[in-house]
Amino acid sequence: MAQKNNKVSPDEVVVSMDQVNKWFGQFHVLRDINLQVNRGERIVICGPSGSGKSTLIRCLNRLEEHQQGNISVHGIELNNDVKNIDEIRREVGMVFQHFNLFPHLSILENCMLAPVWVRKTPRVEAEETAMHFLHRVKIPEQAHKYPGQLSGGQQQRVAIARALCMQPQLMLFDEPTSALDPEMIKEVLDTMVELAEDGMTMICVTHEMGFARKVANRVIFMDEGQIIEQNEPEAFFNNPQSDRTKLFLSQILGH
Amino acid sequence: MTKKEKKIVRPGPDSHNLCFVRDEDAPILPAPPSEVGVTGWLYHNIFQSMNDFSSIQSCIKSILAAFFTLFVFYFFVTQLYGFVDFALISAVWSDPEGLKRQACWTLEQGGSLPDGWHGACWPYIIAKAKFIMYGAYPGGELWRVNLTYLIGGSMLAWVLIEPLPFRKLVGFVLLVFYPMFATVMLSGGGGGFSTTVVGVSTLLGLSLLTISRLGKRGELPKIFSDIVAISGTAGWALIFIAAFIVVTGFDSGLINVDTRDWGGLLITLVVATTAIVASLPLGILLALGRRSEMPIARSLSIIFIEFWRGVPLITVLFMASVMIPLFMPEGVNFDSLLRALIGVTLWQSAYMAEVIRGGLQAIDKGQYEAADSMGLTYWQSMRLIILPQALKHVLPGIVNTVISVFKDTSLVSIVGIFDLLGATQSTLADAAWSTPVQSPTGYLVVASIFFVFCFGMSRYSMHLERKLNRGH
Repeated sequence: MAQKNNKVSPDEVVVSMDQVNKWFGQFHVLRDINLQVNRGERIVICGPSGSGKSTLIRCLNRLEEHQQGNISVHGIELNNDVKNIDEIRREVGMVFQHFNLFPHLSILENCMLAPVWVRKTPRVEAEETAMHFLHRVKIPEQAHKYPGQLSGGQQQRVAIARALCMQPQLMLFDEPTSALDPEMIKEVLDTMVELAEDGMTMICVTHEMGFARKVANRVIFMDEGQIIEQNEPEAFFNNPQSDRTKLFLSQILGH
Repeated sequence: MTKKEKKIVRPGPDSHNLCFVRDEDAPILPAPPSEVGVTGWLYHNIFQSMNDFSSIQSCIKSILAAFFTLFVFYFFVTQLYGFVDFALISAVWSDPEGLKRQACWTLEQGGSLPDGWHGACWPYIIAKAKFIMYGAYPGGELWRVNLTYLIGGSMLAWVLIEPLPFRKLVGFVLLVFYPMFATVMLSGGGGGFSTTVVGVSTLLGLSLLTISRLGKRGELPKIFSDIVAISGTAGWALIFIAAFIVVTGFDSGLINVDTRDWGGLLITLVVATTAIVASLPLGILLALGRRSEMPIARSLSIIFIEFWRGVPLITVLFMASVMIPLFMPEGVNFDSLLRALIGVTLWQSAYMAEVIRGGLQAIDKGQYEAADSMGLTYWQSMRLIILPQALKHVLPGIVNTVISVFKDTSLVSIVGIFDLLGATQSTLADAAWSTPVQSPTGYLVVASIFFVFCFGMSRYSMHLERKLNRGH
């Protein structure tokens, strides 16, 4: 089991969510969310479907808009100011369940796109960075192929590399292994574990409890839009306090 | 089923044989003749439906299929033969004595061909070829049209053929400088230009460019960011218009050829090319506008699209022809061809917008989200990610619309402009060539020319689709 290389800085707050509420029309999808994430922390959010986990992390880079409460990322307040949103998006990388690679560009171009067009990095430098991160996720030889030619596990690793090329302060993972075949889940999780050991602040929505045990500082359980329970992984799995948590864990760990 | 006594255990329907391990690979054999090569093609495309004689029903089906295949084959061959016969075998090719229509008359009509003859009268086409191709364009100036065709055609071929270098540069020159060149070449230029129009356009263009520059350097409040993004392009467009007016206003030394004298294939190509090239970017803007969240952009786009789709092209041409002069100040001569060009372009862009919007809708939401989460601006994500995919998805639809407008250009004859069909039809009125085969010959030529262009476009699009199909 990997050593939890915790370079958590308690005084550097990366994400701060204060009494956040969100509605989809009439439906109250996020209720009274209060969350603080420090630099270097690894958070795993779990819960039944429809509990609002994905919505919560999507609010952090404004893919969803919250109606009440305050969210600030890396000290920048998340509101309707386009300038703030752009700044936050530059510092937050996101990995999606369905990869969302750009099929008409090669792997290398996928990774170079954001640095070249958002950070205005010169192409040569962007290419070097891209190859560096492709090496990190262990698929440098695929650089000139197209996403359609890669397996699911490889595509997700490219997606991780693509997000890393912007050198973000925070990485968000929205069920990164849920769309993968079982034999490919390990390669993606290994990549994420390495990333965590290098000190990346990450918030991960996942059902992979083994990953949570290995790497997380905190496990958060959400149900029906609320944070029900949060704790350190060992305490969370061995001694769940709330009934709902117990029920969920029995369902997910039972078989 | 007989079982051979062998040491190797083979899997079979026998339920006692649950354990099976393959120790020797089964041989990889070549495919039977029914799957490959000419025999394979014949089998799959013709004989597969008629080889089943296992029951009365399937016998009947097979025999019917055989008869139907023979009938279609016979029909196809006779039609093809009929066509080849008319156009090539029985056709009259030359008229050495200058008899004109008599050269294509049968004995009972007063000519020399056997009764019951039916074939094309090519001397008629040869005599009228110049009119069909160029209309009433002065004979001594035809070199200008040919030069324009040559330069345009070769530049286009350069852009389209894969391995050639500098394709983007040639494409840029083709889009920006060739229209000015072609206009001056074909019409002769001259006539001066309205300094007010040019001045206003240039000033407006320059100010938009300045706004764009300032915005990029971040010296403008962020609210204007979307306007800044398009003001650069809009600025260049206005400067292009100003340059166009200036260049075409200069006296080039060429004889002026009024657009009323243009006709035939020349008009078809001019109208079709202008409409296609101008309606594509306009269609993209309208499609994006219709999907935009800004209420003004959205409503304006919807109104534009629904208006132009609700009116037939003929009506548009009439309106453009009749109504535009009403809005012009006294004495300003708004060229009739230009009116038709504007009408067809605006009408076509509405259709193009809807085709493109279909492509935009087909793009997975995740692509938009991935682009947003990386911090790309709206126009960056459209240009780099969404539009390349959307346009590729609806390439068949776009080519369809393009081929359609190529043929719709024939409607300009309604407003007195002679396109390919109009010019050919007017030659049918020439009594010196009046024969029973005059019409079929003329229309055969028109149809063939249209077919060559439309089929060419269709084949190119197939090639493009194959090239862009990167396995996703």
